[in-house]
Amino acid sequence: MSKPLISVKDLSIKFNTDEGLVTAVDNVSFDIAPGEILGLVGESGSGKSVTAKALMLLNPENCVYGSDSKIIMNLEDDEIDVFSLAKSRDKKVIRGGAISMIFQEPMASFAPAISVGDQMTEQLLIHSDMSLARAKEISIEMLERVGIPDPAQRFGQYAFEFSGGMRQRAMIAMALSTKPKLLIADEPTTALDVTIQAQVIDLMKDLVKEFHMAILFITHDLGVIAQTVDRMVVMYLGTLIEKGAVRDVLRNPGHPYTKGLMEALPRLDDLDTPLKAIAGDIPSPLDRPSGCVFNTRCPVSLGNECESRIPSYTTQGDEHLVACHLMEEGRNSK
Amino acid sequence: MTKKALISSRDLSVHFPLPATRLFGPKPFVSAVEGISLDIQQGSFFGLVGESGSGKTTYGRALLRAVPIAQGKITYTDENVSYDLTSLSAEEMTDYRKRAQLIFQDPYAALSPRMTVRDIIAEPLEVMGLTKSREETDERVREIAAKCRINLEHLRRFPHAFSGGQRQRISIARALVSNPRFIVADESVAALDVSIQADVLNLLKSIQQDMGLTFLFISHDLSVIAHTCDHVAVMYLGRIVETAPTRELFAEPRHPYTKALLSAIPSLDPDYAGDVQKLEGEIPSPSNPPPGCKFHTRCPHVIDICRTEEPRLSKLGFEHDVACHRWEELVDPSE
Repeated sequence: MSKPLISVKDLSIKFNTDEGLVTAVDNVSFDIAPGEILGLVGESGSGKSVTAKALMLLNPENCVYGSDSKIIMNLEDDEIDVFSLAKSRDKKVIRGGAISMIFQEPMASFAPAISVGDQMTEQLLIHSDMSLARAKEISIEMLERVGIPDPAQRFGQYAFEFSGGMRQRAMIAMALSTKPKLLIADEPTTALDVTIQAQVIDLMKDLVKEFHMAILFITHDLGVIAQTVDRMVVMYLGTLIEKGAVRDVLRNPGHPYTKGLMEALPRLDDLDTPLKAIAGDIPSPLDRPSGCVFNTRCPVSLGNECESRIPSYTTQGDEHLVACHLMEEGRNSK
Repeated sequence: MTKKALISSRDLSVHFPLPATRLFGPKPFVSAVEGISLDIQQGSFFGLVGESGSGKTTYGRALLRAVPIAQGKITYTDENVSYDLTSLSAEEMTDYRKRAQLIFQDPYAALSPRMTVRDIIAEPLEVMGLTKSREETDERVREIAAKCRINLEHLRRFPHAFSGGQRQRISIARALVSNPRFIVADESVAALDVSIQADVLNLLKSIQQDMGLTFLFISHDLSVIAHTCDHVAVMYLGRIVETAPTRELFAEPRHPYTKALLSAIPSLDPDYAGDVQKLEGEIPSPSNPPPGCKFHTRCPHVIDICRTEEPRLSKLGFEHDVACHRWEELVDPSE
């Protein structure tokens, strides 16, 4: 197998707060291959955004990375150890160079008083040595590619003059104009209406093929995951609890949390089965359960063992990993 | 079975003024809701679905008399009273406020951070003067809190100590404490995580059945509507384009917009490649709506008449109405 584009190893992230050191991410490892779409699923507080921001070193100052955490990025001619980048000049490569990011709320991501076009050319000028005229040309081409009508005229407009769907398209155009190898998409369709969401997902899938770039797609919506990604990672309270090919995980979920999520989801193909909520609330990160993080809400908890020992990863089929005591050797859950 | 409408609107329109462009002449306005006639039966869990800008929130607020009504009529009839909501006296309005309540979308914005949970839930009782003593208030608060599965120990705490799901249960308790008959739940689970959302939906359902309430459940999420509501109305640009009992709507959607909405919901099956009808373009601005059928700019089946003449809601079955010139031609013969 060829080298992964980016390899995250034992990533742990803690935040230094007034209330002490809070664990946001605990020992998370995953790879993203070139040209692959990896889905990162989790509810609020699962650490999915913090994990993604770590790839671009965008977490705030009070964040402490684990001492043996590693993020390695393999570019054609170069291997970059993300945590060793100290100067902001060196960080350019992971901040808009080889990695770009788009966000949930595109209105908040564009500066309101600078035209969309100026923001697009600004980053092209930072990341390359092209002329302003050329940068403008490329920006307009990109706006056209993502399906914005009248791109030349739109180029001079401000974010408030765009509709929600158009803003998200412009955001994608901007993120892709530097030809990144990895696009981090943090809930890119959550704020959009379903019909617009379908358009944006189609656009992103086309662009992956065209630009041969990888996407880390963060969302809480399992339907979007099913229709978009190749492989997926499920996180709960900062812990990676399951990962595998999207078909394996969705058809044959191994972790009680993943199963619970699927059962809690209202499905159109089955209106008769009542919705089954996962009992209880997501614990506060200040009050992280010991042992398996899910034990406080787990319907099949073994009690003492789940409360005291962190489960190791068990393979369930090809590259499908599950962190659950019930899956460990010698036990058979039905 | 004969059911009675708890609340009905006839040709209801809500207009919001726009800044005047000329000193004289007609004042410009946005028509957020235009000519909606709808009956919500007593004890029904009525779903209202549509994209942003469809006017679903405005319609819900009009039924609560929280926005000025430009045209049309709303009547409210329960066991004890019958009101014409467009001409209420101040006294009747106060009484109607007890009977109709609202649950908001964002449980973080809806609760005052400076009030304890007990005070938040008790406030409607105090404002409306429904209880005579503090003891009575406390008792009523505890009763409703228990019903909404709020830990009674938590009544003395402040909202910041609670998660989204817990906060939403507090807003539900506040809405129910005055013992209303009619609840408008505006995107009440949209801000919640999936695992919590199912819990709140189940709670709303069981309370509705317990207390015999009537709900107008506003949501952009068709799968949530499908699982909770018995009736659905689909809105687009201030109009109702289709309304039917839930199962019928999902089994036999007739309006092209309803069909497109249904097929835009991403399936949980990665290999699903069914009959996907993708819509081009976006919902037009309500301040500049297209002539004719409001959906014609995005409709895959548009013909000339759609561009000029607005279709009326027509009955195609018992309780199933659709506003489309071509619905009959578009019925799939294989059904």
